[in-house]
Amino acid sequence: MQSLRYLLRKEFLQIFRDRFMVAQLMLVPIIQLLLLGNAATFEVKTARMYVVDRDHSETSRGLVDRLQASRRFVVVGSSPSTEVGNQWMLERKTDVILGIPTDFERDIVRTRSAEVQLVLNAEDGAAAGVTQSYAAQIIGAYANELATDLRPILTSTPTTSGRVVVPAGLQLEPSSPERAANITANSQPIEVRARGWYNPDLNYRDYMVPGILVQLVTVVGTLMTAMNIVREKELGTLDQLSVTPLSQSVFMAAKLIPFWVIALIELTLGLLVARFVFHIPMLGSIPLVFGAAAVYLLAALGIGLFISTLVETQQQAMFVTFFIIMVYLLMSGLFTPIRSMPDWAQWMAQLNPVKHFIEIMRAVLLKGATARDVAQPVGILALFGAVFLTLAVRQYGRRVR
Amino acid sequence: MNLNALRAFVVKELHHILRDRQTLTILLMMPLVQVILFGYALRSDVRDIRMVVVDPTPDHATLELQSRFISTNRFRIVATSQSPNTIEPLFRRGSADIALIFDPDFASHLKSAEPARLLVAIDASDPNTGTTYLNYTRAVIASYQAELTAQNRRVQIVTETRMRFNPTLESVNLFVPGLIALVLVLVSALMTAISLSREKERGTMEVLLVSPLKPQQIIVGKVLPYLVLAFANVLTALLAAWAVFHVPFRGSIALLLAESILYTLVSLALGVLVAAVTSSQRAAMLTALLGTMLPNTLLSGMIFPIASMPSWLVPFTYVVPARWFIVIARGIMLKGVGLTILWRETLILSAMALLLLAAAMRSFKPRME
Repeated sequence: MQSLRYLLRKEFLQIFRDRFMVAQLMLVPIIQLLLLGNAATFEVKTARMYVVDRDHSETSRGLVDRLQASRRFVVVGSSPSTEVGNQWMLERKTDVILGIPTDFERDIVRTRSAEVQLVLNAEDGAAAGVTQSYAAQIIGAYANELATDLRPILTSTPTTSGRVVVPAGLQLEPSSPERAANITANSQPIEVRARGWYNPDLNYRDYMVPGILVQLVTVVGTLMTAMNIVREKELGTLDQLSVTPLSQSVFMAAKLIPFWVIALIELTLGLLVARFVFHIPMLGSIPLVFGAAAVYLLAALGIGLFISTLVETQQQAMFVTFFIIMVYLLMSGLFTPIRSMPDWAQWMAQLNPVKHFIEIMRAVLLKGATARDVAQPVGILALFGAVFLTLAVRQYGRRVR
Repeated sequence: MNLNALRAFVVKELHHILRDRQTLTILLMMPLVQVILFGYALRSDVRDIRMVVVDPTPDHATLELQSRFISTNRFRIVATSQSPNTIEPLFRRGSADIALIFDPDFASHLKSAEPARLLVAIDASDPNTGTTYLNYTRAVIASYQAELTAQNRRVQIVTETRMRFNPTLESVNLFVPGLIALVLVLVSALMTAISLSREKERGTMEVLLVSPLKPQQIIVGKVLPYLVLAFANVLTALLAAWAVFHVPFRGSIALLLAESILYTLVSLALGVLVAAVTSSQRAAMLTALLGTMLPNTLLSGMIFPIASMPSWLVPFTYVVPARWFIVIARGIMLKGVGLTILWRETLILSAMALLLLAAAMRSFKPRME
């Protein structure tokens, strides 16, 4: 124990001597959290729209007005031909082209069904999908509105497969001049209400900030431990240490604990930012978050230590770690849901400590999960920690001998 | 200029890189593994939506609607109960995604033409997925509803949607340009930063100093091998994307390769700059990593659209080289456009390259004297 204390003191001194690095360790992740927490959203505020209106009727103008009134769309140009719109899209001057064919209004009046074209720039896939769903909602609402102005006509509407059909509510209104009563009868037979639990405003940031925090803590913690032992190897001081009467596990503990503490401090700072800058709801117990983090960091830093004992140079350590972290992060469910992945990838994700910890963080902070709810992932993390630390100690021992 | 010395130095650097088989293998395999792994794994399709049904008064109508959900093959009913209390623990543990809660009078109201009420609760802790699931649920209910309602009473505006440049919204097509940007930064910025600061840490930089090499030549010698390596990476990534995922290449490949070299130069210059301002490999690595990896994934538009960011944040993305490279790569690969449209982004990258190279040369010098 005595030797562990001295060794720890040495490690802390070594880390804190490099002020620049300590500042970086502490500040950069927080700055990044502040910036990136704002970047991580799919919500599209306004899409630029080019209108090709060949109908020029009151109804077609009404549609454009509704789209604009939603503030989701802003018309950047219009012409009766698609060519300019297409060119604009190539030049990224517009995100959407709305095409309204001639006879739009006539078709609505006669057949109660008309067609519009919506061309989206899918170069940015996520944004295109979101923009499309906004447009579909607004167009659907407009169809509803039109229905109240129209007399029911007894012709069925053709529905071509492969198209997005936006159904509008059933309407029984007389045409607009005598439009009056009967409004009660126009409701749908089934009234669907929807509620988003845990995040009723559907604020994507609430979901992303805990995940980004995990990412930052993991990157810093794992890399720093991975570089640590190999640095002594490179400098030759490891051989000096190995002739001292230190036991292998004491040595490993001394290498592990400083970064474990630093990572926990960083997590604390990050949680403070999450709470007071991003106003992330924290429903669950904070001690539970720290408890899980303490276990998780053993696994994450254990991986770093193991890599450090395996490689010969810091350059190698960095590369191996970087590669592993990148795979871990991109497959952790941070950006794309794990449940959308193919089965083999979901199975692989079970071996990913980052995935488990992100899930724990999100469950505890956003949903108020209790220790019982997260017992299984925490157990898996503890197992990972034990495995990697044992591997690291054994690998180190092999080298010394 | 002593070209002979430069050549010797480049050869020495190449030996350094080639000798370290482990790193070299990782370096060469990385883009390949990444394109393949992420091409298969990074998807946002909706596969298996786990649903809880709360049906206090099971009836023909409620069971019919449930069977509609099952027959879509997208929904799986994981629990059925009489009371909404069962939902919360399932959501909290993450074992259900969506809850369908029937009003006790659902069936009787449906018969008597009163509005039959149905509540859909989603686990919105992931708002994105939650909303998508909700939309699927609504679509199933709407199609059931459409059968109950006489068709002719409604007005329809049929929207014919076309996703231009990427009709199926295939995520591989969108990720490959971003992945290339990421891998290039990694290989060029990190490797140069580490390799230069290693010479510093080990004191071999002093040896280089007394050699007949000029500081600029040392930089060129350090940078050149990595430029070649990065180029090899671009080729393997593109090849994998094309052969495995059939990612389209609508524009000029030569232009794409030229732009990649330009972007690599920017990253290399960044690496030299990082090495110049830091004192140890550790610090160099941390700076290079935090300064490149995270901004490049999150501020480049690779995953999250720049259009979605708050307006004060957008200027920050201007200094991220990957942001411009991704526009270029997507433009060439997916849209088939050339310099007539991408000249602005190319110009910005060139300016960055010149500026950073100049800064790197300057900041490197004083330490050599």
